[in-house]
Amino acid sequence: MLTAEDKKLIQQIWGKVGGAEEEIGAEALTRMFCSYPPTKTYFPHFDLSPGSDQVRGHGKKVVAALGTAIKNIDNLSQALSELSNLHAYNLRVDPVNFKFLSQCLQVALATRLGKEYSPEAHSAVDKFMSAVASVLAEKYR
Amino acid sequence: MVHWSAEEKQLITSVWAKVSVEECGAEALARLLIVYPWTQRFFASFGNLSGATAIVGNPKVQAHGKKVLTSFGEAVKNLDGIKNTFSALSELHCDKLHVDPENFRLLGDILVVVLAAHFGKDFTPECQAAWQKLVRVVAHALARKYH
Repeated sequence: MLTAEDKKLIQQIWGKVGGAEEEIGAEALTRMFCSYPPTKTYFPHFDLSPGSDQVRGHGKKVVAALGTAIKNIDNLSQALSELSNLHAYNLRVDPVNFKFLSQCLQVALATRLGKEYSPEAHSAVDKFMSAVASVLAEKYR
Repeated sequence: MVHWSAEEKQLITSVWAKVSVEECGAEALARLLIVYPWTQRFFASFGNLSGATAIVGNPKVQAHGKKVLTSFGEAVKNLDGIKNTFSALSELHCDKLHVDPENFRLLGDILVVVLAAHFGKDFTPECQAAWQKLVRVVAHALARKYH
């Protein structure tokens, strides 16, 4: 589980990208569609070109959810309960895709933070994204 | 055979030309051991791996990271022959080292993050996609001789 140090690092990283969260969300999605084209199958109704209104809008949603998760890091299950229901009962996104988004979000963070995306921060973010993914997948069956 | 577009080849070789195998190799292996600590099972002979600082400063980690990324460079030099390039290494990892191929995938993703941190904005979504493809193909080639 996330240690006190991990939680501190996640909050620091989030603080450093303050203001650019929405841009990072859209960029992570664009990177995901580009590197893992099968992920596009979940968005047949979207204009998936980089920077489209829909990609930006969805990036904003993803980042808002991650922001909520960070604020409630000691109680992710409860904080993401609705989102977990949505993924389990409505969206039915195969959980493998959460890993792809995690990788792309990390690349988006690393390109901005450079050396500041230290091994310790990298580890904390990876653990956090994995914890969020577990919560989103916990009601599937 | 894996097909590489001219654009993908260009994106891969242009990044590679600026990569220090010493620096990025050491960093990628250290991060693998830090972010996914269970990968330490293969490095019992490496001495002190207790915590991020020890791992980053461990000379054996640095040397092995360089060796790994140097070997990875063979794939970049011969993008159309990756399977054959890693045939012997695949046998070694299966028969002698007993490394679960999942570890190759983890290291590949870590390497991509390391490159992203090094190259910043230049590491565009298209560039990432070409590299994700490359690390996937290399991991697949390394897993190919398992039986």
